[in-house]
Amino acid sequence: MELADAVALIMFIGVIAYAVFAGADFGSGIWDLGAGDAEQGGPTRRLVDHAIGPVWEANHVWLIFVLVFLWTGFPEAFGSIMSTLYVPFCFVALGIVFRGCGFAFRKFSDDLASARLFGTAFAAASLITPFFLGMVTGAIASGRVPGEGVGDRWTSWTGPTSWVGGALAVLTCAFLSAVFLAADAERLGHAELTERFRRRAMVMAIITGVAALAGVAPLRLDAPTLSDRLLGRGVVFMFGSAAAGLLSLWLLHRRQFHLARGAAVAAVVAVVAGWGVAQYPWVLVDEMTIAEAAGSSATLWGLLIAFGIAAVLVLPPLAYLFWLTDKSVLGTEFSAGE
Amino acid sequence: MLTSLVLASTESDLLAARNQMALTLGYHIIIACFGVAFPAMIFVAHRRAIRLNDDTYLELARRWSKVAAVLFAIGAVTGTVLSFEMGLLWPELMSTYGDVMGLAFALEGVSFFIEAIFIGIYLYGWDRLPPKLHSLMLVPIMMAGASGTFFVLSVNAWMNSPTGFDTITNAAGEIEVINVDPLAAIFNSAVGLQYVHMLLAAYMVVAFSVAATYAIGILRGRNDRHHRIGLLIPLAFACVVTPIQPAIGHFAGQRIADEQPIKLAAIEGLATTESEVPTIIGGYYDGEKVVGGIEIPIPGLASFLAQNSFDAEIVGLDAVPEEDRPPVNIVRTSFGIMVMIGTALVGLVAWFGWSWWRRRKRPESKWFLRAVALSGPAAVVALEAGWITTEVGRQPWVVNGLLRTEDAVTDAEWIWASFGVITAVYALITVAGISVLRSMTRRWRDGEKHLHTPYGPPEQLADAPQPVEVG
Ligand code: HDD
Ligand code: HEM
Ligand code: HEM
Repeated sequence: MELADAVALIMFIGVIAYAVFAGADFGSGIWDLGAGDAEQGGPTRRLVDHAIGPVWEANHVWLIFVLVFLWTGFPEAFGSIMSTLYVPFCFVALGIVFRGCGFAFRKFSDDLASARLFGTAFAAASLITPFFLGMVTGAIASGRVPGEGVGDRWTSWTGPTSWVGGALAVLTCAFLSAVFLAADAERLGHAELTERFRRRAMVMAIITGVAALAGVAPLRLDAPTLSDRLLGRGVVFMFGSAAAGLLSLWLLHRRQFHLARGAAVAAVVAVVAGWGVAQYPWVLVDEMTIAEAAGSSATLWGLLIAFGIAAVLVLPPLAYLFWLTDKSVLGTEFSAGE
Repeated sequence: MLTSLVLASTESDLLAARNQMALTLGYHIIIACFGVAFPAMIFVAHRRAIRLNDDTYLELARRWSKVAAVLFAIGAVTGTVLSFEMGLLWPELMSTYGDVMGLAFALEGVSFFIEAIFIGIYLYGWDRLPPKLHSLMLVPIMMAGASGTFFVLSVNAWMNSPTGFDTITNAAGEIEVINVDPLAAIFNSAVGLQYVHMLLAAYMVVAFSVAATYAIGILRGRNDRHHRIGLLIPLAFACVVTPIQPAIGHFAGQRIADEQPIKLAAIEGLATTESEVPTIIGGYYDGEKVVGGIEIPIPGLASFLAQNSFDAEIVGLDAVPEEDRPPVNIVRTSFGIMVMIGTALVGLVAWFGWSWWRRRKRPESKWFLRAVALSGPAAVVALEAGWITTEVGRQPWVVNGLLRTEDAVTDAEWIWASFGVITAVYALITVAGISVLRSMTRRWRDGEKHLHTPYGPPEQLADAPQPVEVG
């Protein structure tokens, strides 16, 4: 493997981690948005708080990780992406600001009106952010970001592939988090919420699967390079994802939430990995390959070493954080208010 | 790396981009100080609580950690906006030099990852983790804050003092960066002083801000043990860091004299190269000289400060063509404000230190508390003034001597709009954040120990058997 490929691979692992972990956090916000008025929505919102409170900041850093690897390892591609996709990235940035502040502020507000205001900011931003990130993905995947100079600042990210990307991103987040929240609710012994999220997870599994299938048609027309490979060497991943999705559906049906969570993660990992495999060796599809975009090799080595340091210093405490959260050692006292 | 030739945008868009960068950086840096230095103060309170089995200390640590939770969230999101902006606003900077300075950002990312993880564990670990272990979770947060600051400052220092690469001009007339040495770029000649100066500034900002909060409380008649300790812990920190700051600043100035003489000329308001330059406080640079300031009656003081010799030569602005000079008065005024505040704050901690040394007590005078109440905002102003000195003093260059700001900026046409939106959004989160923090302190004052999140109608909340407990 070439040096640049190794760096791209690591960057892509960051993309997958962000999709799974931050995806589940975003999804929780989406369910929070649809939880209903203050009385109805209380239990769901408490569950969301409990589930993502300790972890959301850490999960968010994967995005920084990807950005930094992109601009350091592939500086010219970064320049093109950010100049061309100025508008959707502004929405992503605003979404991130509103989501983080809304979540933190809601937790400490003292009356219902302000909790509602901050909660709405958090929840609406949880919907907007993955949607625009999905649109960005579609722009790159359909070859609309040029290697040199700047692409059209409006049409580059509003093509059919972008809409597919945006929709799939939102659906995937909602599916993942429904499974996670069902598992959390069960562990906390809240039967009604468990049932509610179990149902939602199953519905979302089906909708997401159908949407992914339906997305193939626009992709064939709009992003031939990507879809050729997606249906070529990427097809294993697509089938793998479908199989994992079905498995999670069956496990949800049998109320084996812990296992269902694993299957749901596998389904998402497989889709994202399939996209990565299909896109290889392009950083910007049809425009710039990994090798062309690569920065200086001394820096690429530096990135690999930085990743090594990160693996040693970050992963063990991250695992500890997840373990503590999963065991409910951390977090707020959970009571759904009954 | 090739620079792709993007059309230079208009003067006005450049101004908007600069304003947006300055606003978002100037905002993030204040909040970031709390990420760097607040954990150390919480640590002191928490450890003393455990060692002395003392409820007042414990309550302080608990409350501070909740305040920190709000500030950390703002720090994380405003930092993310900055990462986006590096590409959105300055695509040419990133595509040309991204691989030279990027490694420092990657290591900064590692630091903030660690910080975010342990913040999650600490903030949500109250009453769940064994107290000793729980308090130790602050140690990695402090270390990661300090190392993260080093790496970001390294990027900024690199822009002042770019090293670790060579450039050639290729056949197409574009600048190409070759022979990148990322370690040399990280450990450039400006990073050491800038880092220490910033780290101390972070501790000063947080120490004086926290102390100011409690000083105001005492002035309003809440002179209880809680407030006295809340005042003493940050003042102790301030006593350690404040006196060192002017010395580090002085050496930073000497580094500028060597490496960025035009920045120093702007600071001094010096039109032509001269020796035996005096120091003038205040005043206004009219294009030839400083008018209306007060000259310190020590001949050659500025020469001495910059070069360690009273008759040393200081380079004047005319050493470079007009278009290569920074706006003198902005740089000069902000530098003056920083130094004035720095000196005054040394005076303040000297007052406190003297009284403590003689009587083991803080100065009794109300004026002392009033001065402390002012010191918080003053430290923030000094921080901003320092950054304006550094950043505006580097103009017109974004990478000193190599890349002009106007060549690095994006050619997007709507920067004024995005600047307007960002300004509105930051104003909004500021108002919301302050109102949340105020409501927290109000509830604490009313004797609420745990803050409950209202998720249902208030009456239901009141008789809920086991309301949600935050932290
Ligand atoms: C609490 C804040 C604070 C205080 C009291 C001071 N400074 Fe400062 N100063 C900063 C906070 C700061 C900073 C953190 O804002 C800067 C901007 C960039 C940097 O590295 O530190 C800075 C930059 C800065 C620079 C420019 C460095 C460069 O461009 O590379 C100089 C020459 C000084 N300072 C000198 C001083 C002196 C002589 C002080 C004496 C009292 C002083 N500072 C107090
Ligand atoms: C002097 C300058 C800076 C200092 C001292 C500083 C310090 C910090 C600190 C301490 C945090 C942790 C936030 C918290 O938990 O409160 C933080 C967050 C962050 N900073 Fe800055 N910062 C600086 C400038 C920048 C710049 C220029 C960028 C990007 C270009 C940046 C990007 C970030 C990012 C992405 C985060 C979020 C990390 C997370 O998600 O936790 N910072 N910064
Ligand atoms: C490590 C951190 C920092 C980095 C990497 C950084 C980077 C930049 C960049 C790329 C620009 C635009 C190009 C230019 O105008 O030269 C800029 C401008 C500016 N920055 Fe910084 N900056 C940092 C810290 C700060 C902080 C903390 C402040 C606080 C006030 C600040 C204030 C400004 C101002 C006022 C400008 C506009 C200068 C002008 O155009 O006249 N910077 N900075």
